[in-house]
Amino acid sequence: MADAEALLAQSHVLEHAAPLALDGGQALTGVRVAYETYGTLNTDKSNAVIIFHALTGDQCVASPHPITGKPGWWVRMVGPGKPIDTDRFFIICANVLGGCYGTTGPASPGPDGEPYAMRFPVITIRDMVRAQIGILDALGIEQLHAVVGGSMGGMQALSFAANWPERTRAALVIASTARHTAQNIAFHEVGRQAIMADPKWRNGDYYGGGKGPDKGLAVARMAAHITYLSEEGMHEKFGRKLQDRTEKTFGFDADFQVESYLRHQGLSFTDRFDANSYLYITRAMDYFDLAEEHGGRLADAFRASKARFCLVSFDTDWLYPTAESRTIAHALNAAGAPVSFVELSAPFGHDSFLLDVPALDRVIAGFLKQ
Amino acid sequence: MTALRPDLAVIAANVAPGSRVLDIGCGDGALMAALRDGKQVDARGMELDPHDVAECVAKGLSVMQGDADSDLIDYPDAAFDYAILSQTLQTTKRPDKVLDELLRVGRKAFVSFPNFGHWRVRASLMWHGRMPVTRLLPVAWYETPNIHHVTVSDFRDLVEAKHLTVEGAWFLSGDKRISDAAASWRAEHAVFLLSR
Repeated sequence: MADAEALLAQSHVLEHAAPLALDGGQALTGVRVAYETYGTLNTDKSNAVIIFHALTGDQCVASPHPITGKPGWWVRMVGPGKPIDTDRFFIICANVLGGCYGTTGPASPGPDGEPYAMRFPVITIRDMVRAQIGILDALGIEQLHAVVGGSMGGMQALSFAANWPERTRAALVIASTARHTAQNIAFHEVGRQAIMADPKWRNGDYYGGGKGPDKGLAVARMAAHITYLSEEGMHEKFGRKLQDRTEKTFGFDADFQVESYLRHQGLSFTDRFDANSYLYITRAMDYFDLAEEHGGRLADAFRASKARFCLVSFDTDWLYPTAESRTIAHALNAAGAPVSFVELSAPFGHDSFLLDVPALDRVIAGFLKQ
Repeated sequence: MTALRPDLAVIAANVAPGSRVLDIGCGDGALMAALRDGKQVDARGMELDPHDVAECVAKGLSVMQGDADSDLIDYPDAAFDYAILSQTLQTTKRPDKVLDELLRVGRKAFVSFPNFGHWRVRASLMWHGRMPVTRLLPVAWYETPNIHHVTVSDFRDLVEAKHLTVEGAWFLSGDKRISDAAASWRAEHAVFLLSR
């Protein structure tokens, strides 16, 4: 798991002085939010952009991952001269509340010094945003140039624009949704049950040395990973090809390449993610329903917003398909907001927003340029 | 800035400054950008082709990927001062219904289309018995997106049948104006401004 000391040395940390009031009714004291920044904040503090990360992302959007050493998760999009241009914008990216990269989460010590584990309160997407608003206050940023996010990051961008409408001039929402569907919740529930069924989960109290529920977490990741890829992308990459063998073994080894790939994805995930964080963050996504928060009408969520919006979906994304982005775009139209919507063609399924899709680069660069 | 296509130039010249406009089938956003920059118009667009939508977003325009036949329904009544449909009517499945929708979401509507009654088209049919391939209609019948060819006279009939008011009409051959009287056979392009 994350070596918190090393991480905290690397990231900035905001300490909330006041308790953070949560949607669930509880208040969380001593909340810390770890974040990275890139670029320079200009003198009138008008060039700041928040990037919200996805479910298993982190604040290292354009710097090496603290555990794996891999390049930042959106380094192709964020940097000097890139679509989210650090020569022009001051980029903020924070680890979400409930996460495991320096921000307060279930692995963090509670008031009694012991890890919260399952005593950590259930949080929402809006709570995640609430925790990050504190960074803007601390830096004296009244209004952002834009909020940007893909997948769960898009949910946070929507929540930000709806609930803090005066604090951003633009919102860019990629491969996301205004609510989790039954199918979305169902896949997450499979993952959570896999974690909880692992005897090493121990009702969440696995922090005091020894291994956590790695097997369960790996299965959760495997199931989720399938939803991030497209059927044709998987077929193209793996087909029915066998893994390091010429014949089927008539056993339950990873005969197929796709099995081997998923096992590897699952296992390597356990090196970098906390199982309880996975439970809490997926729960927050399942609870997300922006219309419900605003009297049942999605358009009403955006009544107070004067921001420009841009929604992007991908034709092979079946996790948050184009129809979800369209629903949001229609609501924004009904609210009279300036909104663009485009469905881009890309073969990579939901993960397209992280991968090489030149049309996405153009849309993002163009939208942020204004 | 490059010059606007002649029918778009007519529309741009006749949109009131500061108005709200929906450009349906906005292409790469040339008209919207001209209206925004020249007349402080709040311009929104709808376009089917994702490449064009991306191009528009890159110009800072607000454009929805969508279909004139099916997606206008998502806009509230009278949301715009003008709905613009340039060179798109003849590509829709139900031009009559699209026209109704234009005048529902817009208080007024600009409609421009290539005139299928132009003398070259008539000549092609008359002398060769073949669907024309002309400067304005450069694509053969089997691959043209124009599925509802319309003449100036046809359009006038539809406008009358729907009891719409023609607030203005402009007829063009290249960038030259053609008189109303000669429009039905000499105009390559027609631009109508309609209201209910």
